[in-house]
Amino acid sequence: MSEKRIMLGNDAIARGAYEAGVKVSSSYPGTPSTEISEFLAKYDEVYTEWAPNEKVALEVAAGAAISGVRSMACMKHVGLNVASDPLYTLAYTGINAGLVIVVADDPGIASSQNEQDTRMIARSAHLPLVEPSDSNEAKEYFKYAFELSEKYDTPVIFRTTTKLSHSQSIVELGEKIAPQDKTYERSMTKYVMMPASAIGRHKVVEAREIQMEKDASAFPINTVEYNDKKIGFITSGVPYQYVKEAFPNASVLKLGVINPLPKTMIEDFVKEVEAVYIIEELEPVIEEQVRSWGLNVKGKECFTKQGEYSANMLKKVINGTDECVFEKAASPARPPILCPGCPHRSVFSVLNKLKIHASGDIGCYTLGAVAPLNVIDTTICMGSSISLLHGMEKARGKEYIKNWVATIGDSTFLHTGVNSLINMVYNKSSATVMILDNRTTGMTGHQEHAATGKTLKGEDTYAIDLAELCRSIGVPNVIEIDAFDVQGLEKTVKESVNGDTLTVIIAKAPCALLKGQKFPYVCKVDSEKCKKCGMCMKIGCPAMTKNEDGTVKIDETMCNGCGLCANYCKFGAISKQER
Amino acid sequence: MNIMVVGVGGQGTLLTSRIIGKTALNAGWDVKLSEVHGMAQRGGSVVTFVRFGKKVYEPVCEEGSVDVLISFERLEAQRYAHFLKKDGIMIVNDTRIDPMTVVIGASEYPSGILEALSQKHSVYTIKGGEIAKSLGNSKVLNSVVLGLAAKHIGFSKDEWLEVLKATVPQKTIEINTKAFEMGYEGE
Repeated sequence: MSEKRIMLGNDAIARGAYEAGVKVSSSYPGTPSTEISEFLAKYDEVYTEWAPNEKVALEVAAGAAISGVRSMACMKHVGLNVASDPLYTLAYTGINAGLVIVVADDPGIASSQNEQDTRMIARSAHLPLVEPSDSNEAKEYFKYAFELSEKYDTPVIFRTTTKLSHSQSIVELGEKIAPQDKTYERSMTKYVMMPASAIGRHKVVEAREIQMEKDASAFPINTVEYNDKKIGFITSGVPYQYVKEAFPNASVLKLGVINPLPKTMIEDFVKEVEAVYIIEELEPVIEEQVRSWGLNVKGKECFTKQGEYSANMLKKVINGTDECVFEKAASPARPPILCPGCPHRSVFSVLNKLKIHASGDIGCYTLGAVAPLNVIDTTICMGSSISLLHGMEKARGKEYIKNWVATIGDSTFLHTGVNSLINMVYNKSSATVMILDNRTTGMTGHQEHAATGKTLKGEDTYAIDLAELCRSIGVPNVIEIDAFDVQGLEKTVKESVNGDTLTVIIAKAPCALLKGQKFPYVCKVDSEKCKKCGMCMKIGCPAMTKNEDGTVKIDETMCNGCGLCANYCKFGAISKQER
Repeated sequence: MNIMVVGVGGQGTLLTSRIIGKTALNAGWDVKLSEVHGMAQRGGSVVTFVRFGKKVYEPVCEEGSVDVLISFERLEAQRYAHFLKKDGIMIVNDTRIDPMTVVIGASEYPSGILEALSQKHSVYTIKGGEIAKSLGNSKVLNSVVLGLAAKHIGFSKDEWLEVLKATVPQKTIEINTKAFEMGYEGE
């Protein structure tokens, strides 16, 4: 018997890629998709890389597929927006060897800026979408996605969600299959998408979708379980598990392929079963199509388009029962916060003191928006901090942004921020951009990027110098500074925002959670000197609390000895000491 | 069996639930775990679920379904107590970590949490942090708490220790084993 292991959904997807004989994978980190690439990088047989953004990643994977080897790209849902330019046209060109794009949606918004549904994009791009419901299916369906991709000559979207990616269940390991690399043949009408070719390929796309729709009822990963025929569910992905948990005796039509839908199979099911509910998180993608065929089903009139579903929720809506025994007690919220010793805190403490607004970006430093730092005013998407600030200046003039800066992390800057900075240089900006360089992609769990000097596989590589990069595109004033140099930062930011020259301030200090660091110092409070003024508490460090008498207490096991609190104590009550 | 492990990001709740999951797997059960990654981990309230049985569908535990709730902090025990089923039990690491909302004075840390919880549920407490510190490594807190929880979940001590030893870093096997034993024997 083959080996059984308990695996994270993302681990299982990586295993599926290995077993499917994938040779090239390119991705950009994004919760909840990140670990797929990290697990995959452990297989020596697979070339795995971090690209600077998802568009680049998908194009790399597409190049590999066109050249004739099985390839893939992984990203989170909003990453697919960045990659949608190649995505829509790759649907036209088709592939050569299999190409699968893993996209991780985040219903419930555990770690994202929106709750968009990738199944909608699959429909509009005319791409098949495959979705598993547990780890073992993740591995098996991933291999099947490559079969579909090659059979129909199309990229396939493999959709996962937070609950699938970050849950563990039992996986039966299989052998690696070694697919033959395909021969590449030049074909201008297939791969050069100028109008004459694209017009021809659009016909191919439509014909392919019609053919797939006909075949879909026979796809082995679309299945029907007839039980009690009074009530039935059409569902897919993790919601299938909620349905089975809540209604183990009901009939279920489980979809493994969401686009296109198996029309005949669904029509037969709806005929056989008295009351049919469509259970899908987020948008009514399945429901709207099924209704358009004139079938009578229940869906979003009963269930929300927001958040994650659960078995209890299904029971509550359908049966009107509530399983909860105890009342929920009101408890003070515990939102995520910047870690002790985080260099972002130092930068935000200075901006807060100077009463400066920040156009923010995507990363841990988004937490600079919340109390007590309250610095960031806007967060939209990767790279947007710089362009938003530029828009403000062009709309309202130089004076208007004298109390504004853009704050962006090193990885995010390289993702798409640099494009926005080029725009600032070109269109005569006088803004201040702060790159919070903590030498890693922090929030997703410390991934390497083009400025860290290491690849995903852990090999040494050229590290792009952010300051030189900014200078080379024409930024007239580039300043590098230690992120914990509070006095220096204050002076630099003041001069910069009041000046008329486009300035990039690179605040440098490694993320406190980066491995291999030593923390030789710890901060201690002399309670005799503490005047209980609370100034040090304004930096919002989780290692700091108050004693019952109102004096400040520092938890020495949590403190990383950055000394920021000591900087804000006017009475010298806090000192940074050797551990 | 439905088990829920809650705490504050960085306390080691994830490792604890993985050890529980692996132990159940070794004993031949179907197992599912649900974890929290990403932004929520940064010092926030974190929740992981472990479910095992003949066949497990849903990867999370529902409100009103939890057999054993393991909390690494008092306030988090209160926050998730309503997940317990009627005769479910609670393992609480008796410590207080103020959330930022309390630190900045936007809310108050509730008093008498354990007393209130004990009126409704069977609550077993342990001062895991102090025990870990006495062993010389505050990071083994999760092994202490796991030790106490293990006794209430079932499986033999050897079954637990086998997984624990295979999971923790090589250099810390001895101290983690000791921490587990102290939790297991204590009460």
